[in-house]
Amino acid sequence: MSPPCPKLQVLAAGPGISVQDLGRFGYLGQGVSASGAADLIAMHEGAALLGQSPALAAIEMAGAGGSFSATQDIRISLTGAPMAARIGDMPVAWNASHLLPANVSLVLGGARGGVYSYLHIGGGVATPPLLGARATNAAAGLGRALAAGDVLALGRDAKAGMVNQRLDPLPRFGGGLLRIVPSLQTGLFSQADLERFCAIPFARDPRGNRMGVKVLPDGAPFRSEGQLTILSEIIVPGDIQMTGDGVPYVLLNDCQTTGGYPRIGTVLPCDLPRVAQALPGAVLRFAFVSADEGRAALRQTQTALAALPRAVVPLVRDPHQMQDLLSYNLVGGVISALAPDGLDHGPTDANTDANTDAQPIAEREAR
Amino acid sequence: MSETTISDAARTGAFPQIAPVGLGGLLVRFSDQLSEAANRAALAFRAEVALQGFAGVEELSTSLTGTFLRIDPLYPDVAGLCAQLQRLLDSRDWYAAPLPQGRRHLRIPCVIGGSHGPQWGDAVAASGLAADQALASLTRSTVRVLTIGFAPGQPYMGQLPPEWNIPRLSQLTPQVPEGALVIAIRQLIIFSAATPTGWRHIGQSAFRLFRPDADRPFALNPGDEVSIRAISAEEYENILAQDRTGDGGAQIEVLA
Repeated sequence: MSPPCPKLQVLAAGPGISVQDLGRFGYLGQGVSASGAADLIAMHEGAALLGQSPALAAIEMAGAGGSFSATQDIRISLTGAPMAARIGDMPVAWNASHLLPANVSLVLGGARGGVYSYLHIGGGVATPPLLGARATNAAAGLGRALAAGDVLALGRDAKAGMVNQRLDPLPRFGGGLLRIVPSLQTGLFSQADLERFCAIPFARDPRGNRMGVKVLPDGAPFRSEGQLTILSEIIVPGDIQMTGDGVPYVLLNDCQTTGGYPRIGTVLPCDLPRVAQALPGAVLRFAFVSADEGRAALRQTQTALAALPRAVVPLVRDPHQMQDLLSYNLVGGVISALAPDGLDHGPTDANTDANTDAQPIAEREAR
Repeated sequence: MSETTISDAARTGAFPQIAPVGLGGLLVRFSDQLSEAANRAALAFRAEVALQGFAGVEELSTSLTGTFLRIDPLYPDVAGLCAQLQRLLDSRDWYAAPLPQGRRHLRIPCVIGGSHGPQWGDAVAASGLAADQALASLTRSTVRVLTIGFAPGQPYMGQLPPEWNIPRLSQLTPQVPEGALVIAIRQLIIFSAATPTGWRHIGQSAFRLFRPDADRPFALNPGDEVSIRAISAEEYENILAQDRTGDGGAQIEVLA
């Protein structure tokens, strides 16, 4: 008989901590949105660090951290917005994999430079699937946020032993350029407004959550024809929805499946992690691209994600490097300066320092 | 409404039309105005696309007047897929398609107005009807589930008589509860979860649209018929206290 699978105990949890995977598909016709991790790049990075499938479920944290312990030795990796991380009394590096010994606490807190942080576990989180997936969409009644006292089943880890690896994360922090294609209602906006939409900067508003984030235009609101009487129509993540006050929301994975507010365009899926990780105040810009350019961008991201397992390197215990790796507040700037794969499309570093003391994401107003 | 709309659209060749939805979707639109015929067309076309099993298609759903295909955004021959869809569109008169099989009629108890429906007075005023006429109009109408969307199991139901062609609000109501009955543009929705909305909140039901732990998690299907039975706040509280099924006191009849 094989030994029992390990469990993860939630010792403390801030708001907005949930189990996520790559999303729940097949139920759009019943009004169920895909959900899944707000930063899908982080899911791939976490999986690469552990040498496992990105489809395995992980724990997403929206700004606030938590503390955890496991009933057996487990492997973990940490990705997304960098947090201060400790295993027992020992600070440990972000964007890296570690051994979490049985009954030793893992304490994560205070995301900097981004919104969503991820804790991945060797073998994945193995909570019972709901409608075929583990993604949580609490607002829709699919699962709930994690709380102190929760005990999560974990999967069997096929690669026990492989730890102390690190990688340089792909650039997506601190705002920047979002590539968009036309949406169903783009034609309801005037040519002048479409040009203005792509010319002006937008600031990420504090209002936002996994359904979408509000972005404030530097200038007048945007109006479309028939704004309050258009037919409710299908919505997809990435749609830029203009609510009644003419201020856009960029919709994310928990967005509803239909809606009646006009959409001026749709952000490419590969740029959505940049939206999700933009802190309040971060500057975002929009640019229309052709469908062919959009598909080329998707392929480029797919190639970059597929290359992540080869980008994993040993976590060297060089004091100088450790200092850098633990300086998590610098990470956003360091990464965008490197822009190793040509995916960086904007000034991502300029905002990072200003954002680190931006207000927490706890103020969450849905649309 | 809308026999005129349809024939106009057909004459100008505007509908049906195939439109991209981002890079990962195609929407086959049968009208840009809500009509019973366009809704039936969307449901029937979805069923036929499912049977055809076209390459590149990952998932299907319907909106009020459209069939949505979620596609692989990197599928190499989107033009070929659109051509296949166009041939299927041309193969018959989709606006004359029958409704889905296995439909039901549900009579759902709702408290109308008062603290359970704080915007009922506004809605009545916007309709131009007297209060008693408005209640009669609402409760004597039979609406059809036109599509399920927005949130799990949540029905868009229509159409109400033309007086109810009232716009959405420009300011969102921050939160209405699960089971809230809302109205706009000749349609009703019962919310499957607490949510912000731009529709007017006119009543409250105990009917649960999404039952995650039940064998049948989604209570309604497109094509089902619904009528509203006005009840008192007291009766609503009784139903809430006693109902274990999620049906919220609804009477359910299978249609032939």
